[in-house]
Amino acid sequence: MNKDTLLRWYRTMMRIRIFEETVNEKFLAGEIPGFVHLYIGEEAVATAVCSLLEESDYITSTHRGHGHTIAKGADVKRMMAELYGKRTGYCKGKGGSMHIADFGVGMLGANGVVGGGINLAAGAALASQLLGNGRIAVSFFGDGASNRGTFHEGLNLASVWRLPVVFVCENNQWSSTTPYRESTSVEDIAVRAAAYSMPGAVADGNDIFDVYEKAAQMTQRAREGGGPSLLEAKTYRIKGHFVGDPEKYRKREEVMEQLDRNDPIKRFVERVLEEGLLTSEDLTRIDHETLEEVSSAVAFAKESPFPEPTEAYEDLFVEAGAQ
Amino acid sequence: MAVKQYIEAIRDALFEEMRRDERVFVLGEDVGVRGGVFRVTDGLYAEFGEYRALDFPLTESAIVGVAIGAAAAGMVPIAEIQFADFIMPAVNQIISEAAKFHYRSNGDWNCPIVIRAPYGGGIHGALYHSQSVEALFTHVPGLKIVTPATPYDAKGLLKAAIRDPDPVLFFEHKKLYRSIKAEVPEGDYTVPIGRAAVVREGTDLTVISYGYTLHLALEAAGELAKQGFEAEVLDLRTLRPLDESAILAAARKTGKVLIVHEDNKVCGVGAEVSAMIAEHALFDLDAPIRRLAGPEVPAMPFSPTLEKAYMLTAQKVYDAMLELARF
Repeated sequence: MNKDTLLRWYRTMMRIRIFEETVNEKFLAGEIPGFVHLYIGEEAVATAVCSLLEESDYITSTHRGHGHTIAKGADVKRMMAELYGKRTGYCKGKGGSMHIADFGVGMLGANGVVGGGINLAAGAALASQLLGNGRIAVSFFGDGASNRGTFHEGLNLASVWRLPVVFVCENNQWSSTTPYRESTSVEDIAVRAAAYSMPGAVADGNDIFDVYEKAAQMTQRAREGGGPSLLEAKTYRIKGHFVGDPEKYRKREEVMEQLDRNDPIKRFVERVLEEGLLTSEDLTRIDHETLEEVSSAVAFAKESPFPEPTEAYEDLFVEAGAQ
Repeated sequence: MAVKQYIEAIRDALFEEMRRDERVFVLGEDVGVRGGVFRVTDGLYAEFGEYRALDFPLTESAIVGVAIGAAAAGMVPIAEIQFADFIMPAVNQIISEAAKFHYRSNGDWNCPIVIRAPYGGGIHGALYHSQSVEALFTHVPGLKIVTPATPYDAKGLLKAAIRDPDPVLFFEHKKLYRSIKAEVPEGDYTVPIGRAAVVREGTDLTVISYGYTLHLALEAAGELAKQGFEAEVLDLRTLRPLDESAILAAARKTGKVLIVHEDNKVCGVGAEVSAMIAEHALFDLDAPIRRLAGPEVPAMPFSPTLEKAYMLTAQKVYDAMLELARF
């Protein structure tokens, strides 16, 4: 792996981590309204997969979408402003955390409905196939979504039409407050790929090198016209289902043990330093730059105006006045 | 001008739009090789191939989901729901995704999809092949709902729907497919979404309807003229957005309003039309607003006697019109 890629990975993972730690803090301080679902502990998945994509490729995301959005190249300033409900945000304050999208970087939307993005990704992949433009699509979703109809619909038809799409199931062990083993018929969700005649693989979702290696085979297959694949990235949701979740359904020790042993950023840092791939100066520099970047995003969000009340009635249809 | 069936007018619109713009494609169950169960898409497969007349797995949520995704990525999809009754699994995609795309992005993106669905009863389809589902969607801001009653409007409104940058639900009354024929101009024209049309002039009472029951109202109006009462008949054509100025003008013109639809009455389109008139034109009325609609039962029953009891007829519309005219 070349040094530029490693630096880019680290910057993306830290950008997600610091963005979300900041969001957590600002939410608890009462500055950010609504519901916020954090991706902390799962950063390696979005980072590795999106590093295999072009800007023109598509992704769909989930209610836990900050990581995917950042990894696909969205601007943290506009994201933060959206979380603050400001008019400079991606949705001018109409969306909030769960609904950020940026078509300009191929990010077709976080989604408040579990499994809602799977068929959208299949549709984007179908368009790429029809238009012959060589783009591929990636759908990120969780273990919970793999039990929904849209998962089975999307994988089936993507297989039938050999669509250029990679399905990435982030198995973070928890479907909201229910352990995935209590709600899912298989130990490895990846085995469901066999039912749809496509390759399936399990990756250690907290080892960015492993995710990258397995996802690379799948994105390559999609680009070469080989059709879809299913990647299950086994990871762990460090935070509650949402910020403020009392988490009475799991033991604190379980979380602390994961944080200590399995934090994807910590594992990355240990490996690159041990193998001499990066220096601690490289990492510290990125830490500072990212802290600065997120803190100016917060300042930008705070300074930005709220939307005018009349804007609630705008943008219903493309042609104004059609409502 | 050629005389065309309602179904032929819809098919012509599909052919012409797919020839005009190669991004336009049709997807749905049996729409390709088979040409659709009602044969609306017959011939598309032969001319445009399997990718633009795309036979889909039997999964409506994915038909609409894929259409939305394809639209986001540059295509202009026309999704066919085989029977409007089957649209329920796709409600999430329609209401939670399509209707909100433009709004949530402040106009950065839009969702140029058309969802075509045959609706309505009277063909012995019974519970799951007869429903009028339009009112479920007319409640939703962000959607446009179109229900043409004539071949001319069917072709012109479908073309307008395909070219519309926003999501349009296009409901085709299946009883009209082959029972209604009329002159349709050759070549290209559109009918604007959001405009009602006065289809019969009169001064004694106003009947407001759409779809199949519009034809019952016209037939009844012809009979009523023999009694000396002339009815103004307004075809809504678009159910969302409603054409408020046309509705209010038609109500004020006669001061007596009867709203007729096959869908059941409670919270149906007639309720909204009635409220609109009450809010804006109450003091121009000479009689209470009347509504004639399908009964408050959850499905169209199968037995011919039961189905007949459910369906409106020209006689039922005539009786309601006569009573109002004499008020």
